[in-house]
Amino acid sequence: MAATDTQKRKLTVKVHRYDPERDQAPHWETYQVEAEGHDRVLDVIQNIKWYQDESLTLRRSCAHGVCGSDAMRINGVNALACKILIKNLRSDTLTVEPILGLPVIKDLVVDMKPFFDHYKSVMPYLVNDEPAPTTERLQSPEERARFDDTTKCILCACCTTSCPPFWGDRKYVGPAAIVNAHRFIFDSRDRAAAERLEILNDAEGVWRCRTVFNCTNACPRDIPVTQAIQEVKRAMLTGDVGVEEEEGAVALTA
Amino acid sequence: MASRRVKPTGGYELWWWYFMRVSGLLLVFLALGHLFITHILNNVEVINYHFVSSRWANPQTGVIWRLWDLTMINLAVLHGFNGVREVLYEYIASNRARIMVSTIIWSSAVGLIAIGSYAILLFHSDKDYIRDFEDANRGGTAIHAPVLPPTTIARQP
Repeated sequence: MAATDTQKRKLTVKVHRYDPERDQAPHWETYQVEAEGHDRVLDVIQNIKWYQDESLTLRRSCAHGVCGSDAMRINGVNALACKILIKNLRSDTLTVEPILGLPVIKDLVVDMKPFFDHYKSVMPYLVNDEPAPTTERLQSPEERARFDDTTKCILCACCTTSCPPFWGDRKYVGPAAIVNAHRFIFDSRDRAAAERLEILNDAEGVWRCRTVFNCTNACPRDIPVTQAIQEVKRAMLTGDVGVEEEEGAVALTA
Repeated sequence: MASRRVKPTGGYELWWWYFMRVSGLLLVFLALGHLFITHILNNVEVINYHFVSSRWANPQTGVIWRLWDLTMINLAVLHGFNGVREVLYEYIASNRARIMVSTIIWSSAVGLIAIGSYAILLFHSDKDYIRDFEDANRGGTAIHAPVLPPTTIARQP
């Protein structure tokens, strides 16, 4: 039960392994790793790969919570392995699995194609065919703030693969795609909000969301995912994609 | 620049989502009110044919009770069956199977609503029975098993 940065902990690490060229079925393998409180789960997994079993396969790139490559299921909860500190683990047993709902390629590496196909389906880019103004497309701080949360997505898939409706129905577009649609639907410079709402107004669009809140809990960027999904639903009902009128809000621009 | 509007999408799933919110809120009051009346203000000992039929037969408040029961049964059936549909949609991905499931669900719901609404709207209270029942139980307190009027026994084959 270490709580300090440098205290060593002997961890029992259970890793969900699967090599399609060798294994009939996925199985658990257990490793013993000594780690310090300020180490991260990613360090522990790399320790296994570098010193115990080099065949262990995982994705990671920046290793600092920016690229979103090392999303995995850690002690049953989706997270980035590079953002979970050992000192914050409650027990000395650590379980690591690939994220659920996507086909496993090998060990902790999943096929992200279905995830990115859903992402692409919501037109996750700015659409504006009006002639470009001579200066910039002006946007007030309030208008920018309207979709600030959803600009933070790094497409790690922690949310979508923590979503029970997505586990049951892989055709569901999933929270990450809705978050990225939200980012443009509520952008005052964008002109394709109606099209995106139409795309998401499908039995496999926002209507599969059961407000389980797993996505909100899993998001390593603290995006209020469920709230974003509900805002998209409300926009479908009211057609309002503007800045919410808050009481006491003062317009900063004339 | 505060308001930016697009055309509301409308659509089947949207309206069902909205219905679930509104009906859920109404059912909190209707269903809890119903439970309060039947199990706290009264109890199962006194709730019988006479209790329900005299409530519906009341010339002043009968319409309100019938409206309450009618709203409650219709909202509850639609809310419940749509909930089941939504849950099943999570496990059934093929469009063909979904259409099949929806057909079964909506025809069962319509059947139940038809039977319930028929009973509530066209029910004729047996005035003689109510009068005999009240005669037989005159002077008694509410919290005990009521005595059935002799007509009940006489009607048995």
